[in-house]
Amino acid sequence: MQLTLWTYEGPPHVGAMRVATAMEGVHYLLHAPQGDTYADLLFTMIERRGKRPPVTYTTFQARDLGKDTAELFQAAARDAIDRFAPQALIVGASCTAELIQDDPAGLMAAMDLDLPVIPLDLPSYTRKESWGASETFYQIVRHLADRTLAPPPREGRRPCVNLLGATALGFRHRDDVIEVTRLLNSMGVDVHVTAPMGASPADIARLGEADANVVLYPETADTAARWLERTFGQPMIRTVPIGHGATHDFIAEVARVLGIAADAPDASRMPWWSRSVDSTYLTGKRVFVFGDATHAIAAARVARDELGFTVVGLGCYNREFARELRAAAALYGVEPLVTDDYLAVEAAIAAAAPELVLGTQMERHIAKRLGLPCAVISAPVHVQDFPARYSPQMGFEGANVLFDSWVHPLVMGLEEHLLTMFRDDFEFADEAGASHLAAHAPAAPAVRTEESGSEAAADRPGEWTAEAEAELRKIPFFVRGKARRNTEIYAAERGLAPIGIDTLYEAKAHHAR
Amino acid sequence: MSGALASGCAAPVGIERPVLRERGQREVFCGLTGIVWLHRKIQDAFFLVIGSRTCAHLLQSAAGVMIFAEPRFGTAIIEERDLAGLADANAELDRMVAQLLARRPEIRMLFLVGSCPSEVIKLDLARAAQRLDTAHGGQTRVLAWSGSGIETTFTEGEDACLASLVPGLPETDESRLLVVGSLPDIVEDQFARIFAALGITADFLPARRAGAMPAIGASTRYLLAQPFLGATAQAIEARGGRRIDAIFPFGAEGTTEWLHEAARAFGVDELHFRTTIAPLRERAKRALAPLRDRLAGKRISFLPDSQLEIPLARFLSTELGMVPVEVGTPYLHRGHMARELARLPADVRLSEGQDVDRQLDRVRADRPDLTVCGLGLANPLEAEGLATKWAIELVFSPIHGFDQAADLADLFARPLRRRDVLRLEGASCS
Repeated sequence: MQLTLWTYEGPPHVGAMRVATAMEGVHYLLHAPQGDTYADLLFTMIERRGKRPPVTYTTFQARDLGKDTAELFQAAARDAIDRFAPQALIVGASCTAELIQDDPAGLMAAMDLDLPVIPLDLPSYTRKESWGASETFYQIVRHLADRTLAPPPREGRRPCVNLLGATALGFRHRDDVIEVTRLLNSMGVDVHVTAPMGASPADIARLGEADANVVLYPETADTAARWLERTFGQPMIRTVPIGHGATHDFIAEVARVLGIAADAPDASRMPWWSRSVDSTYLTGKRVFVFGDATHAIAAARVARDELGFTVVGLGCYNREFARELRAAAALYGVEPLVTDDYLAVEAAIAAAAPELVLGTQMERHIAKRLGLPCAVISAPVHVQDFPARYSPQMGFEGANVLFDSWVHPLVMGLEEHLLTMFRDDFEFADEAGASHLAAHAPAAPAVRTEESGSEAAADRPGEWTAEAEAELRKIPFFVRGKARRNTEIYAAERGLAPIGIDTLYEAKAHHAR
Repeated sequence: MSGALASGCAAPVGIERPVLRERGQREVFCGLTGIVWLHRKIQDAFFLVIGSRTCAHLLQSAAGVMIFAEPRFGTAIIEERDLAGLADANAELDRMVAQLLARRPEIRMLFLVGSCPSEVIKLDLARAAQRLDTAHGGQTRVLAWSGSGIETTFTEGEDACLASLVPGLPETDESRLLVVGSLPDIVEDQFARIFAALGITADFLPARRAGAMPAIGASTRYLLAQPFLGATAQAIEARGGRRIDAIFPFGAEGTTEWLHEAARAFGVDELHFRTTIAPLRERAKRALAPLRDRLAGKRISFLPDSQLEIPLARFLSTELGMVPVEVGTPYLHRGHMARELARLPADVRLSEGQDVDRQLDRVRADRPDLTVCGLGLANPLEAEGLATKWAIELVFSPIHGFDQAADLADLFARPLRRRDVLRLEGASCS
């Protein structure tokens, strides 16, 4: 058993729901007890869908246990087919149904239905949500793709690709698909099928006609794309176009794979924004990155190469992509963190003492507790990260979005300069309270973190003189924690006690770059 | 509308009204969800679910942002190796509990909460609780109950939790009032003040701390504050407690009648009752008046969720003039609900259990002005042009008693008001 308060991923059948809900004409029959319908509200509330997910639950109760549940399953299947008239049915069991060992696949085969039925085997006690989505998409593709198809000759037509991996409940999937489609169109490439998002079983059948597959989200698309490569000989385009540089690499890879010219108009404002003088203060900002492997790896590159940050931590919660994550961590000389335990993430963030955290909803709360600025880069996310406005992460517009959303929580250069200059002014004293900008205002949590943060308390060997303590308080709160830490490390290494004003400034000089 | 002061002792009639019993897909929460409000109520208790990742995911989805404020609940997620053998699972549980209590020494009461997976593999949590109670005796009480979906629906989790508390309550032969069902602190304090003014000594179950749970005995008279407490009532009766029959304290009249039955049971002077209650009742009625103008004549349907549906339909019908069309409940306790049912209009369609697709067909045919339903259905129904009120809010908000009566009515008025104020021609959902 494993003690859990927060889980980064749901069970695998939620992954299957994400695929079914993303598609058209597919219905999911889920053998599950009363109560598992809670997952519906992830789609109707967080993603604000105006339709119920296409899922029928058998809803067995204690009194049904025994051979009754198999009958219940078949009755639910008949009702769902009559009512929803799906073009294909996927069937599977949730964690409890897995234990009672009715066999959905066998039960469906016995019904002899005249529509494609795709049984899923999702081991709930060893696997999780992303794996469930990936496996479901793979099974759908494997069952429904028409193996007799092949791309028509290239003469006299534009090249075309499939976009694979976008699902329901995906972080910015809706707008990423639009952005990447536009980008490809601007290169003279058509999108043949986008799947699972928006695809019907008929669309899945004609996947084989495309020249190549774009793996937008390896977490959900990788298994299916590999099978398509083996079965149809379709090459994969694997660069994930998150960030300005990655978008250019993506364009180059598309061009190479399809044998066309690599030209796409670069409408991005991000490079100039990042070079403009106000961004100078971003240089070397210490950033901690955590999320799903794909978004975390992409974010680390943008952070270092395009914003000039220093990556001080990199991790992911999905073990399936641990190898990729470890390779990326090596590029930045940081210890890779592969864990689904948020307490381990919290400890790593506290130890790395970053100035910005890029993470999931969970890291947002950790950062809030530690008084650190934070931006969200990956699922799991809450309702505010399914925005009404256009906000892709991918492509050139995505790079613009990344710049704005990551820099926003930081104090910008001019403001930082003014705050330092006027730090003794009453208006900038801690007691002055919040400014109108919530992101960098909360003096109270910042002070509390500094005083009571477990990390700070643990390695605070030295006593501070009253004068030094007072001097320390003149430093703006958002860098004060770092100053305290650096000073104490400096004092401890040299056995200086108590810490006076001189020690504070000697340490400052020592740590100056 | 019948004045409660006049009709409080009316004999229950119409108990034998027809109820549509349905079986099929149920769009409801399981009893684990009760943890989300129970842990706020009992401040030194920890709720440890023994279940799957699905259970943890459910709690996380239901608890929303609350999960980050050092919550006093968690899930021991069963893994593949736990499924191999039961002895192993028990050892794992002991290890986890020891680890948990070492980390959270302030915990005085630990609930082992059963789930569908733990019930199906027949992990004996009652025995585990006994064993652990002995092991951690004196420091932390350990109890067990089931919040599994195969056995409990939403608020029935609270019922199972409170029922698990009853056998361990201290014995007393004092004649006291026991108010049963967790209420928001502010509501509990209001009721405590009123009972004190009436001269009744009232205890509340659950208490806010593990060490302060009320005593119980053959002289205990108990009053249900919530309609979903069948098993708890049974457990109290087994200890000799006797129920005071009343409707539930929603609205000005409902609250008056609820208090009135308690006053009668404790021999409170009628005139004293009237002079104490009248100003409170009048204040609540004044606050309700403008909402009555807005809600009267509006048709409302309830989908099953919490067992609060029947008392709420009664309140909306008798005090605000709404017209209940279908009132669905996950479970109908005929004894506890008899007086409520007697006050519902004769033509209300009552349903128990659910076949969600058929029920939605009826909602579409009825086209009520307002449909009370869960969050999985609310937006889809709105997209079809039906106004909805999401039901979970009714469990998390203070809605009982005089001073919450208008807040309760406003929960139903607000979605209708919103439809009136929005000017969004051509809006569609995506």
